[in-house]
Amino acid sequence: MLSRTAENLFWIARYIERAETMARLLEVGGRIALMPQAGHGYRNEWDSLLRASGTASGFAQKYGDPVQRNIESYLFFDRDNPSSVASCIEKARENGRIVRTALTTQVWDALNAAFQEMRALERRPRSELELTQLTEWTMRHTAMLRGAIDATLLRNDGYHFLGLGFALERADNTARLLDVKYYVLLPRVDLVGSGLDNYQWQTLLRALSSHRAFHWAYGGEITAGKIAHFLILNRQSPRSLMTATGEAVGHLDALALAYGCATPAQERARRLLRQLETTSVEDVFEEGLHEFLTRFVQDVGGLAALVQENYLSGEAR
Amino acid sequence: MAIEFFNEMYQGSQVRAPYARLEDWMRAMPAEFRQMKQAEAEALFRRIGITFAVYGEGGDPDRLIPFDMFPRVFTQVEWHRLERGIKQRARALNAFLLDVYGRGEIIRAGRIPARLVYQNAAYERAVAGFTPPRGVYSHIVGIDLVRTGPDDFFVLEDNCRTPSGVSYMLENREIMMRMFPALFRENRIEPVDGYPDLLRRTLASVAPAKCEGEPVVVILTPGHFNSAYYEHSFLADLMGVELVEGADLFVEGGFVWMRTTEGPKKVDVIYRRIDDAYLDPLCFRPDSMLGIAGLMDVYRSGGVSIASAPGAGVADDKAIYTFVPEMIRFYLGEEPVLQNVPTWQCGKPDDLGHVLDHLAELVVKEVHGSGGYGMLVGPRSSAAQLEAFRARVIANPGNYIAQPTLALSTTPTFVNEGIAPRHVDLRPYCLVGERIELVPGGLTRVALTDGSLVVNSSQGGGVKDTWVLAE
Repeated sequence: MLSRTAENLFWIARYIERAETMARLLEVGGRIALMPQAGHGYRNEWDSLLRASGTASGFAQKYGDPVQRNIESYLFFDRDNPSSVASCIEKARENGRIVRTALTTQVWDALNAAFQEMRALERRPRSELELTQLTEWTMRHTAMLRGAIDATLLRNDGYHFLGLGFALERADNTARLLDVKYYVLLPRVDLVGSGLDNYQWQTLLRALSSHRAFHWAYGGEITAGKIAHFLILNRQSPRSLMTATGEAVGHLDALALAYGCATPAQERARRLLRQLETTSVEDVFEEGLHEFLTRFVQDVGGLAALVQENYLSGEAR
Repeated sequence: MAIEFFNEMYQGSQVRAPYARLEDWMRAMPAEFRQMKQAEAEALFRRIGITFAVYGEGGDPDRLIPFDMFPRVFTQVEWHRLERGIKQRARALNAFLLDVYGRGEIIRAGRIPARLVYQNAAYERAVAGFTPPRGVYSHIVGIDLVRTGPDDFFVLEDNCRTPSGVSYMLENREIMMRMFPALFRENRIEPVDGYPDLLRRTLASVAPAKCEGEPVVVILTPGHFNSAYYEHSFLADLMGVELVEGADLFVEGGFVWMRTTEGPKKVDVIYRRIDDAYLDPLCFRPDSMLGIAGLMDVYRSGGVSIASAPGAGVADDKAIYTFVPEMIRFYLGEEPVLQNVPTWQCGKPDDLGHVLDHLAELVVKEVHGSGGYGMLVGPRSSAAQLEAFRARVIANPGNYIAQPTLALSTTPTFVNEGIAPRHVDLRPYCLVGERIELVPGGLTRVALTDGSLVVNSSQGGGVKDTWVLAE
């Protein structure tokens, strides 16, 4: 496969995953803004969301103070924000158009429909659009794309580059989301203190579509340890760092098998997975949650760079 | 000025034989059904993604070329003659190219002025003296034809570089077969879907001598912002070859390689859809971002083949066009099967005088123009337009040629009011490699505006499926 084609596929997945994360972040913000005592923590909340999405400085330059309406526009519609849902969907679709023939009609349909509907949404007055409509719309379309990929795409190298894109972006995004909230977990490992903190965590779990899953998996009180375990180490949790890393390893293994050639990227991914497998929640808190997550985000970045070097640049032999 | 146009379906009230079965089909179609089918066709085009991209004009970047569902039909006998004429022309054009980059016999024989060839902007000095594999320069020859009577076909122009539009020939057929399967059971229509295979075989047959094993063929595109990007990706897909951009290729050790996920892979044949000037920044335009540095050195040392060969454009220049019948006689010793349109060169004083005297009756074109731009259709122009154009011709006569206004044939076409005759032309795609091949069909372009003779898609033209009947 042409390296550029693989790169386009890889980025389709990354942009779609990123669009979904943006929508989830917006949902968190919207819910927290509905809390009665929002007055005090309100501004911090939106601030932390902007930081989680890596868009804080861009927003500050354009709008200054974090006003909810502006943040919504910035994270969803704004083309000046390269990570907005609209930007991500447009770029995913353009990448798709370039490699149109590497996609099935169903996958292209899903990408193209999201783009066309996005354009229709942009033409509607903002006052007609509720935030939940926008976030649900995004998740519906990203789910349709995943479904189309899963149901119709040949399991060849292209499929694995898509999978790799989803996995690496998700690992990065979950770690960043978690990192924004790390301070809430700091005071005590066993129990999250105030009602506000508790609600913040519940909202975060909800945003990760993990609210119910969490209760099924653990039951009882929400504790910092359980949450950290669920989002970092739990193999059942679809968005945990463990699951995402495991998927990345799976796709890299499949590529190495198909090409009959192991790569440093594969080796690095396996090492990252082994590290997670030999880590306990206690170890994470020992190291410091923030430190652990920072290191993990860097590791994922390093792995993505190796993927680029080994497969997407066409230089390596 | 009243011009009598040849209607390909009706002679008076009589229906011509090739269209006999379409008469019933047309009559039996209620207006609502037709509109429904038309909408269905458009949805299919969009869905499959057959659009041409227009950037920088606002609006939807993905435009559709209007598709007319009324097919254009040729009989086997009509087609047979066209086929002979087209293949003959493709042979002569390639013989001419081989000659002018070699010994230049036709010039020495005084049949074509040396100036027109060697001072032509499309003549590539960089490939003079080099003979490409099998001596073929133009591997895909698109010949634009118009019809003025039952047996009268004229060649409007030759396209020896990278004629586009073949994806429409293929997709128009696919869509017609999906929408009107009954038509294809009732009429026995020659298939065109062998084209991608023939193209791949043609390209593989001109692999360079240094190629070992199955040749690796790629299509080189300027990129996804190019208006014909869909066609490039469509052909790559149907041929099962990679669609590459300049940055995907590099030169090393006397060969061209493409960057793949498994490391560099050698490329043997490049079907390029970019102009000569952009192929290699070391040889042609140094500012080209689209090309591959060092490509021409590899080409000249027989490490890779390029289709069409750099320099092929000198054969399809509008000034050279006048001499194609002469080429056919000179190289093949045959009489041309297809006629040229009589052409006046405004650069010649005698011709210029005639053109200026008859401006209102003529079509005047820029020598290097294309797409229906920079052109005057005398009978359809106002006095002010005529005078403005006259001034331009006088200012730079060498830049213009003139031809009589041809009475382009019409075929029935679905329009808002129902069915009406509209003017059409035809572009078949002739493949030249180890053998010369022509699929029975081509792209029919139709001027959708009432009375218009300009069929270019940039000027409101549409396309039709083109049938050759099997018996």
